[in-house]
Amino acid sequence: QPSLLDAPAPSRRLGSDPGLSDSDSEESVFSGLEDSGSDSTEDATASEEEGEGTSEQRGRMDRSPGQQVGPEVTSPTVFPSQARTPCSRMEVASMPGEDEYAEDSSDEEDIRNTVGNVPLEWYDDFPHVGYDLDGRRIYKPLRTRDELDQFLDKMDDPDYWRTVRDRMTGHSVRLTGEQVALVQRLQRGQFGDVSFNPYEPAVDFFSGDLMIHPVTNRPADKRSFIPSLVEKEKVSRMVHAIKMGWIQPRRPRDHSPSFYDLWAQEDPNAVLGRHKMHVPAPKLALPGHSESYNPPPEYLPSEEECLAWEQQEPEERKLSFLPRPFPSLRAVPAYGRFIQERFERCLDLYLCPRQRKMRVNVDPEDLIPKLPRPRDLQPFPTCQALVYRGHNSLVRCLSVSPDGQWLASGSDDGSVRLWEVATARCMRTVPVGGVVKSVAWNPHPTVCLVAVAVCVRPGVPRVGPAHGLEASQEERQDGLWLRIHHGKPVTQVTWHGRGDYLAAVLATPGHTQVLIHQLSRRRSQSPFRRSHGQVQRVAFHPTRPFLLVASQRCVRLYHLLRQELTKKLMPNCKWVSSLAVHPAGDNVICGSYDSKLVWFDMDLSTKPYRVLRHHKKALRAVAFHPRYPLFASGSDDGSVIVCHGMVYNDLLQNPLLVPVKVLKGHALTRDLGVLDVAFHPTQPWVFSSGADGTLRLFT
Amino acid sequence: KYERGSATNYITRNKARKKLQLSLADFRRLCILKGIYPHEPKHKKKVNKGSTAARTFYLIKDIKFLLHEPIVNKFREYKVFVRKLRKAYGKSEWNTVERLKDNKPNYKLDHIVKERPALGQPAEQQPQPGSSTAGVLTPALRPQAGRPRNSSCSERSSANRELASVTRLSCGRNANKKVFLSIKGIYYQAEVLGQPIVWITPYTFSHDHPTDVDYRVMATFTEFYTTLLGFVNFRLYQSLNLHYPPKLESQVHTEAKTSEDTYALNSESSLEVRGASSAGPARKLGRGLSPASASHGAAGGPNSVSGPSSRQEMAAQEEDRRKELEAQEKHKKLFEGLRFFLNREVPREALAFVIRSFGGIVSWDKSLCIGATYDVTDPSITHQIVDRPGQQTPVIGRYYVQPQWVFDSVNAQLLLPVADYFPGVQLPPHLSPFVTEKEGDYVPPEKLKLLALQRGEHAGNLNESEEEDEEEDDGDGEEEGEKEEEEEDMEADSEKEEEARLTALEERRLEGKKPKVMAGTVKLEDKQRLAQEEESEAKRLAIMMMKKREKYLYNKIMFGKKRKIREANKLAEKRKAHDEAVRSEKKAKKVRAL
Repeated sequence: QPSLLDAPAPSRRLGSDPGLSDSDSEESVFSGLEDSGSDSTEDATASEEEGEGTSEQRGRMDRSPGQQVGPEVTSPTVFPSQARTPCSRMEVASMPGEDEYAEDSSDEEDIRNTVGNVPLEWYDDFPHVGYDLDGRRIYKPLRTRDELDQFLDKMDDPDYWRTVRDRMTGHSVRLTGEQVALVQRLQRGQFGDVSFNPYEPAVDFFSGDLMIHPVTNRPADKRSFIPSLVEKEKVSRMVHAIKMGWIQPRRPRDHSPSFYDLWAQEDPNAVLGRHKMHVPAPKLALPGHSESYNPPPEYLPSEEECLAWEQQEPEERKLSFLPRPFPSLRAVPAYGRFIQERFERCLDLYLCPRQRKMRVNVDPEDLIPKLPRPRDLQPFPTCQALVYRGHNSLVRCLSVSPDGQWLASGSDDGSVRLWEVATARCMRTVPVGGVVKSVAWNPHPTVCLVAVAVCVRPGVPRVGPAHGLEASQEERQDGLWLRIHHGKPVTQVTWHGRGDYLAAVLATPGHTQVLIHQLSRRRSQSPFRRSHGQVQRVAFHPTRPFLLVASQRCVRLYHLLRQELTKKLMPNCKWVSSLAVHPAGDNVICGSYDSKLVWFDMDLSTKPYRVLRHHKKALRAVAFHPRYPLFASGSDDGSVIVCHGMVYNDLLQNPLLVPVKVLKGHALTRDLGVLDVAFHPTQPWVFSSGADGTLRLFT
Repeated sequence: KYERGSATNYITRNKARKKLQLSLADFRRLCILKGIYPHEPKHKKKVNKGSTAARTFYLIKDIKFLLHEPIVNKFREYKVFVRKLRKAYGKSEWNTVERLKDNKPNYKLDHIVKERPALGQPAEQQPQPGSSTAGVLTPALRPQAGRPRNSSCSERSSANRELASVTRLSCGRNANKKVFLSIKGIYYQAEVLGQPIVWITPYTFSHDHPTDVDYRVMATFTEFYTTLLGFVNFRLYQSLNLHYPPKLESQVHTEAKTSEDTYALNSESSLEVRGASSAGPARKLGRGLSPASASHGAAGGPNSVSGPSSRQEMAAQEEDRRKELEAQEKHKKLFEGLRFFLNREVPREALAFVIRSFGGIVSWDKSLCIGATYDVTDPSITHQIVDRPGQQTPVIGRYYVQPQWVFDSVNAQLLLPVADYFPGVQLPPHLSPFVTEKEGDYVPPEKLKLLALQRGEHAGNLNESEEEDEEEDDGDGEEEGEKEEEEEDMEADSEKEEEARLTALEERRLEGKKPKVMAGTVKLEDKQRLAQEEESEAKRLAIMMMKKREKYLYNKIMFGKKRKIREANKLAEKRKAHDEAVRSEKKAKKVRAL
């Protein structure tokens, strides 16, 4: 066995050694042949690839004896070298000769069993475990050993611990002492080869020592002793750059202190001019209780508030965070929006336009004008005294007799009622057969006469704008004195102060809207030749021969004798509804549907002296008291507001207007409240008629 | 048109930028550094030359002022430097890169600090900018995790150094006044030269990086305020005859190298420790100085007023001032003589700062941070600050309190009873010390209690209400007694009723005989009420007579007032409901226990 002895790679030989030692001559020849064939390639690798070597060792060790069943090692990995010995040993007759070239290379397959890479469990039910190279079956050992046999073996066989089973052949293999030693070494993590020294000293070819002989024999380059042009160019470029000041020497480090007394030489009182325009940024608000980590319970939002907060836009929120309680300081987490908030502040500081805003810092009490107390302005009506009930429908108009004893009222139910003022008794009901638009008591103290504007169906043929008819005998007994038919419905009647003239307003387009009737002469005339919009109200001037005509947008003052327009008052409201003249004659008030009451001082100007917006809704009626400095306005909001309106004889002093009482009593019906107001001629009482079908007296 | 007046006083941003020949980023930086901000003109349309487009306007004077700013050139230099550097990098010319980096252009902000409005005021008012910009100052100083990558670490550390020196200063002069633990962070208020300065520090957690924040802007602000704070600190230190920046580093370095772990040096704790160690001498100096300044203030005050006021008034004023000063001194020595020990779960920096600035001595576990002076086992410890309940066996002779006690005590200016702050106990609410309630505002009951305590009423009186509650809960017997009384009352009532019925019957009997006279009901006219009504009516009428504009203003004011009242009422109601809920719960618990 000389070939065995001079095997160059001991690791490879180990496995086959024991096999060879007790095998016959053919095998030894075979192995020798194999060695000579494969060594040249494997020697070189064996020394270097230690890892590979060990795995090979292991694999080989399993199989080489191929005799006994051992539980410890089962390795289906395939190595060409490991196949050699067992195969040759089992099928001695067939193997030699032909195989030697087939298993030339190390990555050959295991050729003892040609089943390939399939699980060997598939052969559990067969008597064989596979096929050899010639296609013959490889049979399992005849008698499968059961547990008892194994146990007996374990007890009897002293070599039981070193027998393993080769799964490829089904035979048990008894490991030799060297193989066992190998296994043990591998288990300890050592190299398989005993003689291998992993820590051999490294031989360094190119050592740091200076040798006397050069490594190469090449002569030195020319460029090694000629100055470099490239470097020269570089240097010259740098020199040029330095000359030109492109490259500067390193700046010496600044050793002056970074902080010093900056304001040492500052004149403390110097204020730069620019600072005058400086608008300091508003300070951030300091945190309140709700920002605490453990706020009082009342500052915690309820669930609805939380929801509302979440649904709000971030800009709308009152607090930028939701108050949250924490049981202790250690439970408080970091605030997520900390950096954002600081950043927003930064943005505000340099991006937000600043403006000095003068905050109005007034006591609201100071805003309230100082007016004389209402108590000092007495007498004026303060409370509701009487209610006159009887009308079935809304009471459009009312009028008080000049002596103040009687009250006439006209209603939508087609009747005029006469009341006794003091007792609220209805003295008389006069059915007039139509909606009563207006009633007016003749101001002449000796005549007891009421003018009533009634809207009836025209039964009489139309003759001109107006047509007077004396009442018949029986009608006279009923009290009717004179009947004047108009072509169009009359909206208002009013008396001249003497009681002779009667002005009527017709709801007609054109110039015949205002008619003036003279009772004594039974004569009518239409004073205007041209119309200026729809006339709302007319009123006679109490002292002078003037007629005031209120159209929708303005009030005109006509001189009746000279027959000319004297003044045009501009109340600046959308739709004038009512008009009243001060008994002294210089002042006019005007109510409008846009809930304004306008006071004109005609001596002052044609513009309003004062506009009072006391009512919430449209004004329906205004009235002056003939004696006391009072005026009242009734409105759709159901209230009557009584104001003190003092007009001084001194022309330099402007009228004093003070609201003194808001009188409420009328119920709202169909969105209408007070329809008409009138003062008692002698007492500081005010009457009002409302849409609820009542008249009320406030005293 | 538009050649005179306000149209010529303003300039739009873009025009300004073009005039200055700066990029937008540089323009912004310049504006931040120089403190230039847009102005809102009074008549925007006039200024905008008739157009109503939304534009921001700067004062043209401001822009002219920027025109001569030397720092603009520095910006340009820097831009060139960056360009060169990028080129060198691109060509991999590392030598050039090195060379360029050696000569990196830098600029100083000294002159800008000097000329900023409101800063160039006399020295006494210098800290004022700090207070006005406190909000900014801190963000800029403390966006620890939120720093951008490009801003250098050194900048941040310098910012921290400045802040640390401020804290050191306030610590040293006992200038700290108020502390507030909010959910956003901890607010501190210190008084430096009579000016209150408020700053906020976040809780010591790492922040996540918000992406919607422009860090360049923040970095510019930081840069400026760091410089400013440095100069202000210098001035303040100088006024205390101290050197700034304090030269303790080398000392600490050597010490630390020998004794402590060096890793701690780079952390902020070392800074803080340095601050703490410097607190000693500073405090001495501060104390030496403060009475002098106080007396100066006291002397200066009446002199200015003295003319008309009589001597008595002067005396009274002096007395008041003296009392105030005394109170302040007392407040400064709040924790004097107390020794604290901080457990490791409590915020150490904040607590150490607060306790030290009020004269207490504080220590913590040696393994926690350098600077610990004594151990847990030290028998002289009076208070141990604990936040986790039930973790160790208590040592007799010291109080275990939660950290809120320290802060509440500081805000209340007195040592609060510790019983409410034991570990594991439900804490009383932590109130903001920055809120001063005016008349009509809602005052939480805790605050009322606190005020009572401050006035000197004893804790016994204070707890009475609670005790009463408990008594109510406890004393069923008493309640029964009350019930009996009530029953008696009821009986008395019923007797009266019976009497009334009898008399009525008698009357009815009599009625048959007598002519019928209805007894008129007497209307009790409350004169006061009538007068009141009259007054209110007069007022209403007067309001009617107001002019339109005034009325609008009046309504607005009244609306605001009413809203305030409504809010206060809402809070009060909420509190009431809460208290009732708590009480009923307590009762239910008691019943269950029984």
